[in-house]
Amino acid sequence: MTEITGYTLITIGVLFDVFGCIGLVRFPDVYNRLQAATKCVTLGTCLLLAGVAIACGSGSISAKALVCIVFIVLTSPTAAHAIAKGAYSFGVKLWKESVVDMYGEDIDNQSQEDSSTKGA
Amino acid sequence: MRRLVYFGLGFVVWIVYTWPFVDGKIDIQVLVAGLIASAVVAVLFHEILPKEHYIFVSPVRIFWFLVYLPVLFYYIVVANLDVVYRALHPRMPIHPGIVKIKTNLSSDSGVTALANSITLTPGTLTVDVGEEGVLYVHWINVKATDIEETTKRIGKRFEWFLEKVFE
Repeated sequence: MTEITGYTLITIGVLFDVFGCIGLVRFPDVYNRLQAATKCVTLGTCLLLAGVAIACGSGSISAKALVCIVFIVLTSPTAAHAIAKGAYSFGVKLWKESVVDMYGEDIDNQSQEDSSTKGA
Repeated sequence: MRRLVYFGLGFVVWIVYTWPFVDGKIDIQVLVAGLIASAVVAVLFHEILPKEHYIFVSPVRIFWFLVYLPVLFYYIVVANLDVVYRALHPRMPIHPGIVKIKTNLSSDSGVTALANSITLTPGTLTVDVGEEGVLYVHWINVKATDIEETTKRIGKRFEWFLEKVFE
């Protein structure tokens, strides 16, 4: 019974990973792609590890798998945030049909204020 | 106090990772190595670890954190179904954009937790943390650009819990 539950979880996890990769290929710009990559890969990999933990029963493997879940949930969004900010600072534009870009507006305002104070 | 908390935390992680309980016996060598390793970590790195060490020893905060986990898990599942729907839909129904939201959280750990939660939940990805509790969020399906409306739609559902955990 534990094996069936474990393998079911692993299957669902791999499916989410696959859908995340499809999103990664189909979405238009780096920010949308990061959305697909972080969300689906986080849940997919966590389900996969949870499946491993359940299938292996109690013991060292399950304990390590559960700790890995914690670390993935902590680090994956942080890495996505770092990539998104890095891409923006590098000058990667948003998709051409994007609706608003308040981040860019604020950066422009900031630099205008800086240059005006420097000019004065 | 802070070093002690991180010493204990590091030791727990060490035990879970090395799992020294073989055949009902405890491997003393592994435990001693773990004590030394966590002591070194606690003494050398306590300054770069989160300043809010009291979170790990306060039962009330841990309780609210445990209540928060299922809520977060629910939103993660919803987020995944949302992404799968948008990725597989032939016409790709996305209206992306970067909006601002405002948060009342003041501690570094709290803002980090909020930003990470936002990244893991439906259609949103934190791009940057600005001054005065402003977060810049990439939203895959922009429904509002007004700062109060976006805060209500994106941030409020977590802030209530995170305030109890981190503030």
